[in-house]
Amino acid sequence: MAEWVITLIEKFALVAIIVTVSLVVAMYSTYAERKIAAFLQDRRGPNRAGPFGLLQPLADGVKLFMKEEIIPNTSSKFLFIAGPLLAMITATMTSAVIPWGPTSTMFGHTMPLQIADINIGVLYIFGVVSLGVYGIMIGGWASNNKFSLLAAIRGASQMISYELAMGLSLLAVLLIVGDLRMSVIVDYQIQHGWNVLYQPLGFFIFFICALAECNRTPFDLPEAENELNMGYHQEYSSMKLGFYLFAEYINMFISGVVMATLFFGGWDIPFFNEAAHGGAWWVGLLSFACLMCKAFFSIFLFMWIRWTIPRFRFDQLMNLGWRGLLPLALANMVITAGLVLWLNNDAAPAPQKGVISQPSQTQQVSLTNATHQ
Amino acid sequence: MQLTNKNKPVDRRPMTVAEKLYIPAIIKGMGITFSHMFKKKPTISYPEEQRPFSAVFRGLQILNRDEEGRERCTACGLCALACPAEAITMEAAERQAGEEHLYREEKYAARYEINMLRCIFCGLCEEACPKDAIYLSQTFAPANYGRKGFIYKKDDLLIPDPTTDPEGYAKAKGTIPQSK
Repeated sequence: MAEWVITLIEKFALVAIIVTVSLVVAMYSTYAERKIAAFLQDRRGPNRAGPFGLLQPLADGVKLFMKEEIIPNTSSKFLFIAGPLLAMITATMTSAVIPWGPTSTMFGHTMPLQIADINIGVLYIFGVVSLGVYGIMIGGWASNNKFSLLAAIRGASQMISYELAMGLSLLAVLLIVGDLRMSVIVDYQIQHGWNVLYQPLGFFIFFICALAECNRTPFDLPEAENELNMGYHQEYSSMKLGFYLFAEYINMFISGVVMATLFFGGWDIPFFNEAAHGGAWWVGLLSFACLMCKAFFSIFLFMWIRWTIPRFRFDQLMNLGWRGLLPLALANMVITAGLVLWLNNDAAPAPQKGVISQPSQTQQVSLTNATHQ
Repeated sequence: MQLTNKNKPVDRRPMTVAEKLYIPAIIKGMGITFSHMFKKKPTISYPEEQRPFSAVFRGLQILNRDEEGRERCTACGLCALACPAEAITMEAAERQAGEEHLYREEKYAARYEINMLRCIFCGLCEEACPKDAIYLSQTFAPANYGRKGFIYKKDDLLIPDPTTDPEGYAKAKGTIPQSK
């Protein structure tokens, strides 16, 4: 068999596995959300379907499929159907550039556990995440309902406001690493320590913006029940509603993974030298499990926050985004840029704030990237 | 005038930096919610676990039998008279020869109905009854789809026969404790 056939099969298998994993995780996130909400409120949560209610997500899925599908007369039908589809597609697309584990040997074949190691990985994620808001906008617009439209407008303006601060906080990370490639970002962190140590403020801003991008409480204004009934999915029923809700959970999982990759060393197992084991299959699986643990923790954090904090008012949301986070992210970026420049130029042996421990290594990394391109 | 010690004057001082940051308050709140994860849950898982009613609970009426399984009710109508909601209807009939094992006295209720939508479960029927024939039990009327289903006939109200179904009789009497 030709090499490219093997690569094709390998990539297809990887795509299938990763999409399945993210769907299953999203499914059980709904269960986890209900359980965590229950436990935080001294309740027991779903416990009827299966042991500990573990079959609840399946039951919910079956229920959504069985429901009557209603498309309002006054809606524009094509867009009405395109909305949830777009939300779902963009939610699953992001996982393509995430390194899920180190290059490891599985079934007698060495392969990287990443679908596409494109050289603009971070930009790709940003692009796809921004596309995600079209699902909300198109859905809200096509419903021909003023509440849905209001929710869509809210969603769009919220996304735009928070994407700025998010991008700026990310820029600081990219300045340190010196590459947009996701795998390089992970490798850098394995060599130099996790980015969250150098960029605690950056991580904090990124986290808040991720909450806003995922439409999670306290930034869930597009679906504010008590103001807009149901928000942009007011007119939706059956599985189209399910897709919207599902896309939200997939987004949450993906943003957890992205946060782990950018700030918490990706698949790096703390205090464990993966390279020493030369890409054995169990190291690959263990690293993958480690990445999942990090992602699950941030999902838990998202839920914990949701059931603690009430929703922001819209003007408060805008205030926080434009007058709070944006200047903070800007300052963070400028300071980081200054430090990186200063330390690289002076070739200082010991950086004061530990922004970069070995500047020569970054240069080396960027050199190898140059040859890649 | 101060009625309780609970009222607090409103603090109108401008917010401090820590308060404006909002973060410490959020962390404090998250600590509170997290501590609730490990608290004992007051939930009672209903069908498996049931909270016992109090001893004086007034539930669904039952028509009692004596120890030989004969109906005690003589259709005197005192319960219907006592009923403030006018929920009880009955029709009397005379006991025929050969029916002595069915009815305790010469007169019995051929028809006995209680409209559970009218009934207020006050227990005055129980108090009015001279024959110990009607009691309020420890159960309540289950949900139903129509109004007709709430008019309980004699068959619905009669206690199981102690001679043929002693267990059901004891359960309806409440001598077997309900499963928690």
